[in-house]
Amino acid sequence: MRIVVDYDLCESNAICMDLAPDVFEVRDDDFLYVLNETPSDDRREVMEDAVRRCPKQAIALKD
Amino acid sequence: MRKSITIVGASLAGLRGAEALRRDGFDGPISLIGDEPHAPYDRPPLSKKILAGDWEADRAALTPAERFADLNLDLRLGSRATKLNVDSQTLWVDGEPEAYQGLLIATGARCRTLPGTEGMNGVHTLRTLNDCLAIRTALEAGPRRLVVVGAGFIGAEVAATAVGRGVPTTLIESLAAPLERVVGNMVGEVVAEVHRSNGVDLRCGVGVTAVHGREQIEAVELTDGTIIETDLLVVGIGVLPNTEWLEGSGLTIENGVVCDETCLAAPGVTAAGDVARWLNPRYGELMRVEHWDNAVEQGPYAARRLLVDQPANPFTPVPWFWSDQFDRKIQLAGRPSPDDEVQIVNGSIEEHRFAAFYGSHGKLRAVFGMNRPRQVMQGKNLLAQGASWQEALAVAAAWE
Ligand SMILES: Cc1cc2nc3c(=O)[nH]c(=O)nc-3n(C[C@H](O)[C@H](O)[C@H](O)COP(=O)(O)OP(=O)(O)OC[C@H]3O[C@@H](n4cnc5c(N)ncnc54)[C@H](O)[C@@H]3O)c2cc1C
Ligand code: SF4
Repeated sequence: MRIVVDYDLCESNAICMDLAPDVFEVRDDDFLYVLNETPSDDRREVMEDAVRRCPKQAIALKD
Repeated sequence: MRKSITIVGASLAGLRGAEALRRDGFDGPISLIGDEPHAPYDRPPLSKKILAGDWEADRAALTPAERFADLNLDLRLGSRATKLNVDSQTLWVDGEPEAYQGLLIATGARCRTLPGTEGMNGVHTLRTLNDCLAIRTALEAGPRRLVVVGAGFIGAEVAATAVGRGVPTTLIESLAAPLERVVGNMVGEVVAEVHRSNGVDLRCGVGVTAVHGREQIEAVELTDGTIIETDLLVVGIGVLPNTEWLEGSGLTIENGVVCDETCLAAPGVTAAGDVARWLNPRYGELMRVEHWDNAVEQGPYAARRLLVDQPANPFTPVPWFWSDQFDRKIQLAGRPSPDDEVQIVNGSIEEHRFAAFYGSHGKLRAVFGMNRPRQVMQGKNLLAQGASWQEALAVAAAWE
């Protein structure tokens, strides 16, 4: 599974970081950094939750 | 075990509820009934990107058409639930009765209107895509001035977007500062300063006493006697839950559909989103939350609730929302109250970039952030853990 963030949509409100701080990090420059682009498959449920909870629909999962 | 599910309200809470059931493998029939003509769409862009003209309406779709088809829903748009009887488990849709097995009520809320303005041209509220497109057309026509009544979140966003489009804008708020009811005066004053410095003609501490004009709005008169000439008025004075159709249903209706701590309103009936008023054990009180994230969480919770006898956990979220105004991102987690102590814990008010803690009785109650998303999320975690005021301050001291 690969995490793809559409940075044109992302507005750094950090809800994804709240759900998975080891994968998503919004830094003090207000930008989102994906710390781990290929989380292991046992994290799928959390990643899908991040996709749903992102208010900007900026996160996608690619297999 | 219920074999079919009926969802009334085809928007954020309802659709996300249906999707959760399918994700869990539920393969029985799901009806999604909504009275709007459009496929489910997202509301936050209505006061932001779509109103600004940056997005076309189709970008707000909640689920892309191809994925929607996979959900295999009986989607009934343009259909209105008109009555319910929970004893006989009957729902009326456009006057026609039908039986249900499990029912999720997600009919959301609608805008309050200003008395005496019904049917007057140039007067709008903003809740639906159609409302948004009507206001956008009016903004594009180059109005003399836009007047927005009510500097809550929607009103403040509409004012910000209109000024961004070059439309002279007056924002009227009866309290002393924008958003004051939610964020308190100190933070509200910062929001006021952001609006003023961006060119909004902000008038606080005044109400509207009259709206002049016959068919077309011509002016509004304020409590201080001022008359503001205008051809476009947007009223943003809050919302009311859509519960009229539930009168006589057997449910308890009191500022929303009253539910227990598992979102259950009656056997086989749950509610979610802006219309639901449930007992949140975290706060020990009935609450109704009008935020996007709550609908996204509560819709799935309440849909799943219909398929189990007793859920493992009650629904106990820490409320959270965001609002985009100009280039400022506002976020609030938790529940501030007027007598809370407020302390800036990160950044500074002067640069319009700060995080503030709200607390009382030795507890952290809420976290506000202006362009401080990271701190708000960390604060939200502290709230979820029930952190004391001292613990929270200690965590914040390590930020920077
Ligand atoms: C302009 C705007 C901007 C917003 N911006 C933000 C933001 O930045 N951040 C944030 O956190 N929140 C924001 N919100 C709030 C957020 O959009 C709502 O909390 C969310 O839409 C609630 O979802 P819901 O499904 O409960 O209700 P709704 O979205 O209100 O949907 C309810 C649906 O049910 C339909 N319905 C009603 N009665 C019936 C009936 N009898 N039969 C059939 N259908 C019926 C309605 O027409 C509607 O389609 C915004 C809201 C608006 C209007
Ligand atoms: S939740 Fe979405 S918008 Fe927010 S930081 Fe993550 S990707 Fe960006």
